[in-house]
Amino acid sequence: MSDDVSVMTGNEAAATAARLARVQVIAAYPITPQSPVVEQLAAWVESGELSAEFVAVESEHSAMTVCIGASTVGARTFTATSSNGLAYMTEQVWWAPGARLPIVMCVVNRAMAAPWNVLNDQQDSMSVRDAGWVQLFCRDNQEILDTTVQAYRIAERLHVPVMVCYDGFLLSHTMMPVAVPSPEQVDAFLPPFTQPFTVVDPADPRNVGPVVLADPRADETGAVRGGYMEIRALHHRALLDALTVIPETDAEYAAAVGRSWGGLLWEHLLDDAEVVLIAAGSLGTQLTLTVEALREQGVKAGVLGIRAYRPFPVEALREKLAGRRLALVFDKALSYGYEGPICSDLRGSMLGVEGAPAVFGAACGLGGRDVTPDDLAEAARRAIADLEAGARTRETDWINLHLEG
Amino acid sequence: MSEISMSGPAVGEAGRTGDWRNSRPVMDAAKCLAVKQGKVTCQICWVYCPDGCIAQGVGPVIDLTYCKGCGICAEECPAGAIGMQPEALHGVCATDDGEAAR
Repeated sequence: MSDDVSVMTGNEAAATAARLARVQVIAAYPITPQSPVVEQLAAWVESGELSAEFVAVESEHSAMTVCIGASTVGARTFTATSSNGLAYMTEQVWWAPGARLPIVMCVVNRAMAAPWNVLNDQQDSMSVRDAGWVQLFCRDNQEILDTTVQAYRIAERLHVPVMVCYDGFLLSHTMMPVAVPSPEQVDAFLPPFTQPFTVVDPADPRNVGPVVLADPRADETGAVRGGYMEIRALHHRALLDALTVIPETDAEYAAAVGRSWGGLLWEHLLDDAEVVLIAAGSLGTQLTLTVEALREQGVKAGVLGIRAYRPFPVEALREKLAGRRLALVFDKALSYGYEGPICSDLRGSMLGVEGAPAVFGAACGLGGRDVTPDDLAEAARRAIADLEAGARTRETDWINLHLEG
Repeated sequence: MSEISMSGPAVGEAGRTGDWRNSRPVMDAAKCLAVKQGKVTCQICWVYCPDGCIAQGVGPVIDLTYCKGCGICAEECPAGAIGMQPEALHGVCATDDGEAAR
């Protein structure tokens, strides 16, 4: 492999990917643990190593607004944020996909306030899962680099923005060896973006994003324009198309660069597994150690990792999980008053599937609470015991919770 | 069908917004400064109309097909020549095909 291997943090991996993607406009506001991503990019813009416009803004809302404006005229754009920064950006987080702009944003997953906490969980990106972005989760720093480059190809083919999610501190500030592809390899994989839906041409002025009402109607040329539902249905269709485009992109990347990440899902020791442990992000890496330990104790356990959370890979999950005894989902987020978001999505996708496993949920790692492979194995043993005691449903199991005292 | 909301600038590109109106501006030409002076002067209503529904003239002409009835012209007219009247006083609204709705 001709790749140049460097030891770098997850944030450096993300910034390196944006540089390799030849982003043209970067707009960002600092927030822990994301800040080093855009600090690195700002340094490269300043030194001339990256030919891009870096727009320093006064808030995350403006950061996304700048990306929206730049993407509307066809520029390749990048931003990154975390936690309350993402929440502050939320209005524009909805605008970007509705306007079908291929923006790529790294979300360095961090807990939502209150109370203040700068550490990792996945509540931030989960709270905008319905906004119409593709959401991809990464399990290590190499995957952050490779996925961020892939994200541009996915976004620009489908005209939908892509959120690359990775765990704050656990990945963002942890150093690992990362193979950096050459600019020539990435250029061959990722051609310039030349087909925006919108153009700015003084000879052909447009109103971009004007109000649409309930029903389709003829525009000024007599062509029928969709009402709100038609535009949203086409957007939904594009996200469903991502179920094909994400694996295709991963395969193209493998051909160009030599690494593949499984497309929608990834697995470890899954073939004969009766008990399947499921998570998104770096928790999946820990689960690989957990299932190896469980197998030493005679439990046929395997890992199914969620790489694409939106679109939700329903068919792929059904195919992987039919015939198993138990699917135990570890969520680093919660829909308060219900359960973990991946758990409820997964349970819904299993309804009516012949041989579907029991689906149990566990909440862990909220606000940076440590969770070890041993803790995860113990949670798996509890779930197996509950199943053997006849449970088909169960309340969310909170791991490492200490309410006593 | 277009994947996004986009239009070219043209009269009526946002639809027949006059359908939204619940009161309409009615001009008393005798009070209009342009009419009094017999030339294209004042035109403050034209300046202020947020939807570009007023054409300059002696006096200015309001396009009720698109006027939403916001009343800004009536508020800004220095001569008090424009009054807002409830739409109900004018009977039923015309529909898209030009027939009166019953």
